[in-house]
Amino acid sequence: MARTQSAPVAGRETESPRPATAGARPPKTRRGLRKRVELTALLAPAIVLFIGFVIVPMVFAAWYSLYNWSGFGPLNDFIGVQNYTGVLTGPVFHQALLHNVIIAVLSLVIQLPVSIGLALLLNRRVRGRTFLRLAVFAPFVLSEATAAVMWYELLQPGGPLDALLKAVGLGGLVHYWLASTSLVLYSVFVVATWKYIGFGIVLLLAGLQGIPPELREAAAIDGATPWQVTRAITLPLLGPTIRIWIFLSVIGSLQLFDLVWIMTLGGPANASSTMLTYQYTNGVQRTQFGYGATVSVVLFVISLVFALAYQRFALRRDTAGALTRAVL
Amino acid sequence: MSAATARLGRRSPRRDVIRERRTWLSLPASYLIILIVLAIAIAPMLYMIVGGFSTTAQLNADPNALPHPWVWSNYAAIATSSIFWQALANSVVVAVVATGLALTLGAMAAFALSRYTFRGREALYVLFVVGLLFPLNTAALPLFLLLQQIGLNDNLFGVALPEAAFALPVTIVILRPFMRAIPGELEDAAIVDGASRIRFFLRILLPLSRPALITVGILAFVTSWNAYLLPLVVFSSQDHYTLPLAVANFQSTYTQDTARVYAFTAVSMIPALAIFVFAQRKLVGGLVGAIRG
Repeated sequence: MARTQSAPVAGRETESPRPATAGARPPKTRRGLRKRVELTALLAPAIVLFIGFVIVPMVFAAWYSLYNWSGFGPLNDFIGVQNYTGVLTGPVFHQALLHNVIIAVLSLVIQLPVSIGLALLLNRRVRGRTFLRLAVFAPFVLSEATAAVMWYELLQPGGPLDALLKAVGLGGLVHYWLASTSLVLYSVFVVATWKYIGFGIVLLLAGLQGIPPELREAAAIDGATPWQVTRAITLPLLGPTIRIWIFLSVIGSLQLFDLVWIMTLGGPANASSTMLTYQYTNGVQRTQFGYGATVSVVLFVISLVFALAYQRFALRRDTAGALTRAVL
Repeated sequence: MSAATARLGRRSPRRDVIRERRTWLSLPASYLIILIVLAIAIAPMLYMIVGGFSTTAQLNADPNALPHPWVWSNYAAIATSSIFWQALANSVVVAVVATGLALTLGAMAAFALSRYTFRGREALYVLFVVGLLFPLNTAALPLFLLLQQIGLNDNLFGVALPEAAFALPVTIVILRPFMRAIPGELEDAAIVDGASRIRFFLRILLPLSRPALITVGILAFVTSWNAYLLPLVVFSSQDHYTLPLAVANFQSTYTQDTARVYAFTAVSMIPALAIFVFAQRKLVGGLVGAIRG
């Protein structure tokens, strides 16, 4: 911290350099006082809003999670970690967590390669490229609620998708897309892919534009095949973008709620439940707010652990690597 | 982003010839894949719009036939009922308040964090950065409990204020490097000419930061516009429903009247798609800038 403080920030500080000890004492000059007032006025509103609506709720949640509480009346039924044992040892919660993990893994092994392939394709000089980019991005701007209602209607038994399959002679493929316990999670995943893949494609396209074409051309002139160029030059240089995508995708998979809730309510028989639908069913609908708050804390800790671990092991290279910094 | 696009635009044709020959997928195959992807992306939306012109009886008879005859009654009923307009107005109020607050407070904080030196500056910045890790959905239930305590439950501001708070991290993270990159000489010159720092902020720095402000503004607006879980737990009366809630609610109310649900869904897509078409270049460019920055 001391280093940051004394480091001059390119011409910002117009005052003459203060003695080294001055930072520790309250400034006495009129100028120093003025700076303090300005800083307070600039920072206080944002800090108050942030603490009030981001930090405080999480602290409250940690506190409520120790009580058996219906959300009304005083907190007086202290039950210690009983809510945590209830959540962490409950098979229904395990099932929900497993579904979040399955969605995250499927995203990595299916969405990511498809996104990369399509981004490479759209990065070529094909006709109508701008329009195509707009079109694949369009589902991403719809609200989850709209997308969910739309797909709920399309996937109804005997609905548009089934009729389409029958019309092209694939009637044998017709299933209860949202009512079959073995299929519903994958139907949700397909809808999520439809909704979010455009974002990944646009992100990767931007990453591709950051790669100097000279590198690929030089390799091509040296006799590398197109596949070699892609594998040895394009993909490694796309690394930072891919790592950001993975981060956003996993965090998004852990938070999945809107699409699932509107299409299936987490059912049938919890077959498409996620941690947040579990929370809504067991915390909000049954007014077990102490229990619901416990799920919030657990979800929060899982996200935090993932984020920190990922930051430490995967994203670190991107801030450390001189090459990636030069390219991006 | 714009610099990169400009560079691409100026690339000489000779280079394109080299590039075009050296690909691993033939051009017709590329076009075929692109057409399929395009159909999958667009068809569901088109289907809703066209289906809204059918009657439910027609849809039950054959879900994939074109409307015959085309009827306007579903759309007319929505345009003349208050459900859609009320939800639209609520969404606008919530999104405008959330975006306005996030932009104003975020820009002020980013200014302080980028152009002042003070003890604890980096620690404060890290606090905001950590906030990036937590989407609003994680905190929806705790927020509901907090709002109950302070009497903001079932209130449009009860949704707008938390949305603004959760938009602050991304706002500050995008604005700070942007403001930092504006040359210090400008500030020195303004101060030599007798301007205060605050005046420099309002008259020079903010106008120069416009591209970044537009990006974070659109991000905050779209996030608020699409939010579902927080409004779901906070609003108990339907008069306060925002558009996503209204769409979901309309569907569960009119389960049997498929054509009306199609029409309502189609209409609810219009605002988001309109914002997108209007702002897509800036949004996409800004997102990319944010991730690279």
